[in-house]
Amino acid sequence: MSAGQRLLIRGGRVIDPASGRDVVADLLVVDGVVAAVGQDAAAGGTGCEVIDAAGLWVLPGLIDLHVHLREPGYEYKETVLTGARAAAAGGFTAVACMPNTDPPNDGAAVTRAILRKAEEAALVRVYPIGCITAGQQGQRMAEFGDLVAAGCRAVSDDGRPVMHAGVMRRALEYSRHFDIPVISHCEDLHLAGDGVAHEGAVATRLGLKPIPAAAEEVMVAREVVLARQTGARVHIAHVSTRGSVSLLAAAKAEGLAVTAEATPHHLTLTDEAIAGFDTATKVNPPLRSEQDREALCRALAEGIIDAIATDHAPHGLADKDLEFDVAANGLVGLETALPLVLRLVTEGSCSLHRAIDALTWRPARILGVPGGRLAPGDPADVTLVDPKEAWTVDPEKFFSKGRNSPFRGWRLTGRVRATIVGGRIVFRDGVIVGGESRCA
Amino acid sequence: MTAWARKDLLGIEELEPEEILEILNTAGTMKEISTREIKKVPVLRGKTVVNLFFEASTRTRVSFEIAEKRLSADSVNVSASGSSVSKGETLLDTARNLEAMRPDIIVVRHGSPGTPHLLARRLACSVVNAGDGAHEHPTQALLDAFTIRERLGRIEGLTVGIFGDIAHSRVARSDIHALRKLGARVLVGGPPTMIPPGLEMLGARLVPRLEEMLPELDVLVVLRIQLERQGGTLFPSAREYATLFGLGRERLRLARPELLIMHPGPINRGLEIAPEVADGSSSLILDQVTNGVAVRMAVLYLLSGAHRGATVADTVRGAA
Amino acid sequence: MNAKAEILDETGVRRSLVRVAHEIIEKNQGLTDVVLVGLRSRGDHLARRLAAFLFEIEGTAVPVGVMDVTLYRDDLAHASLWPRVQRTEIPFSVEGRTVVLVDDVLFTGRSVRAALDSLMDFGRPRSIQLAVLVDRGHRELPIRADFVGKNVPTARRELVRVLLRETDGVDRVAIADGEAER
Repeated sequence: MSAGQRLLIRGGRVIDPASGRDVVADLLVVDGVVAAVGQDAAAGGTGCEVIDAAGLWVLPGLIDLHVHLREPGYEYKETVLTGARAAAAGGFTAVACMPNTDPPNDGAAVTRAILRKAEEAALVRVYPIGCITAGQQGQRMAEFGDLVAAGCRAVSDDGRPVMHAGVMRRALEYSRHFDIPVISHCEDLHLAGDGVAHEGAVATRLGLKPIPAAAEEVMVAREVVLARQTGARVHIAHVSTRGSVSLLAAAKAEGLAVTAEATPHHLTLTDEAIAGFDTATKVNPPLRSEQDREALCRALAEGIIDAIATDHAPHGLADKDLEFDVAANGLVGLETALPLVLRLVTEGSCSLHRAIDALTWRPARILGVPGGRLAPGDPADVTLVDPKEAWTVDPEKFFSKGRNSPFRGWRLTGRVRATIVGGRIVFRDGVIVGGESRCA
Repeated sequence: MTAWARKDLLGIEELEPEEILEILNTAGTMKEISTREIKKVPVLRGKTVVNLFFEASTRTRVSFEIAEKRLSADSVNVSASGSSVSKGETLLDTARNLEAMRPDIIVVRHGSPGTPHLLARRLACSVVNAGDGAHEHPTQALLDAFTIRERLGRIEGLTVGIFGDIAHSRVARSDIHALRKLGARVLVGGPPTMIPPGLEMLGARLVPRLEEMLPELDVLVVLRIQLERQGGTLFPSAREYATLFGLGRERLRLARPELLIMHPGPINRGLEIAPEVADGSSSLILDQVTNGVAVRMAVLYLLSGAHRGATVADTVRGAA
Repeated sequence: MNAKAEILDETGVRRSLVRVAHEIIEKNQGLTDVVLVGLRSRGDHLARRLAAFLFEIEGTAVPVGVMDVTLYRDDLAHASLWPRVQRTEIPFSVEGRTVVLVDDVLFTGRSVRAALDSLMDFGRPRSIQLAVLVDRGHRELPIRADFVGKNVPTARRELVRVLLRETDGVDRVAIADGEAER
């Protein structure tokens, strides 16, 4: 947006939990920044693009703190460009991408390469997450200083756990120098073994090798203890069990700097979805039991789960069109996240404000990045949503390269009408938009 | 007309009791053919049946092969080590290549659960599950049910026990489904490390100790302990298993004298079952093998006829 | 059942079977090495009745077997519904013996052809003869019956319905219209 450019979003319901605001109002954007929100925001506005948002919700741009953009190395699954398009289509104005690329993002070079691609795409903000250990091997720490200087906002070995407690302890201590969160993929590989499904009645019935809830909980417990020991900021990725939720509740009650996220699929689906051996439901951590799902929903409502993150994991057809045992783990989530979260609100599992907060302000705070709020001075990252529009999920129409979604054919309510990043419309009415907004 | 309308046999879980009975009754007819001088009927003449075995198995494959030949079908064996599968061809590619040669039925055994379902969804020909990982082994359960019914006249109201490595056993799962659907009471037991959660959801009652189970049983199915799978992790040694959990003469004294013993084979003599018990008068083990051919003939016959009527969607929906 | 005409009533069925029994004895000059094989379904019941009459007349107990020809049929590929196959029970040797096949209705001759093929797999009979309750014509293969209860000329699309006490509670043979039965 060039200097002096103005954008007026008129008459929408502005839902901004961080500002404590939920009101029908106008939102004025000047030079890529929120200038005013209110009934008279349009005052003094000439030469302004106007978006009529009557009947729509005006939200802070959604922020996803856990996506896999697959570039460099797995460009056949997704690239920064296609991932950014998917994000924009899903209403996300910022995503944080995990480092399990090839080569892994354990140094400035890969970080800069990702940021360059994001800049070329010129769509949404991309925050790279660097590795905890060199090469994600779980032995030596990666150079956090290098990573942070190049632009990383957090470190994680996601995809893999850091099995060695001693290594994790040192990494947590070192992270304090940079005040970045360490995102932990909690999975004790010895307990998980060669399991592919949640250890429970469904896996027993299907004869699938089991992954016990303990595999996650043992490591969540460890990270809580290490957080207490080191005083570092620990963020637990993709929480999936009720045991993990209990551990997190106790950690927060104690005041430890432990945060957590859950995915829309873990909040919506259970292991029953696996019946029929549909590999679109194969994910790590696996879909769990109904009791686990309910505990996750309650935890989200109470704030024990701070944020919702998709763990968007695109795969090629050849990776998924295999026997369940050997199919790749993961499903795409950017383009279905918002309506799935709204579904939780509609069925009463969570309040609307908590849900929006979990998709905007909380992720921004955890990553330490601007955004997630629409107060004057905040970057104009805005998502416009039609809360009433119903649509059927068709992965063939996704902007992501990945088609691996277990929600194929689902009828969902709530559609992103426009995604605005820094005052620039990057997605509107089903179309990715390049270029600058026009002035009348 | 037969009660069978499915294109595939993927498992017992999705079958109705009438369908199971249809197979058992047809198997009774087929059994007679094996007693003739000329053990062949022309009904599947000109049909091609491919035995696609990714897991080594002589007995099941031979049983299917004999069944196919007795129905005059052309039987082709494809084993994982002998085909491009060992060179890393995907399962679906292997199957599609085979399908291009127009088989009528593919009998598949694979180490991964859900493999037959994957094939059934994609291939136009009929698919028979000869064992998919720890999930199901439908023809085994059918021949077990046939054997029990042949000897005792019924299945309804009987108490049948299944003992051993339940967690890894596709035979256990299929047996539980079949016996429950036909009205039997099913007890399962084994060492704690081999009992998976949620068996009650399948309709079986957990009685972990063999000693407690034996007095209640009409029939006992002893499961094979697979040393090559467990190694040292699920139980410490073969010796300890045989001592604590094996079915020997001593333990057998706790059972009713009329107890019948079954085993899916191959037997580990002296491990899960003592030789004198396996060869004793209570043992139905060899009857199981004989009946296996008859049951498989019945399955092949019924699938050949059903092919026209059922759709792929019916089969998959039933599996879900 | 929409019957057009009754061909045989209970008495008629009995008289036909008695006469056939006499003819079997006469043609074979006694019942030495004669066995009966009834074709399911209904031919098996008729075979047992014939054996009873043969015993009444000659005092000889003729062995009776039952055969299901489903697995030898030539028209399964065209069948829209797969037929249920029942047991074949021939608990005696056919080697060197005179086998009298027994069926209720002789029509195209294909069932008998299937029965012949099946019988050959059991051994080598000295000769095979055919006894039927009704011959309705319209042969499609060179097959003829040795013993016929009643010859009934029919139109091709007509149906011949045989009801027997053992299966249907009454003995009766009638002709019905083909279309009406649908």
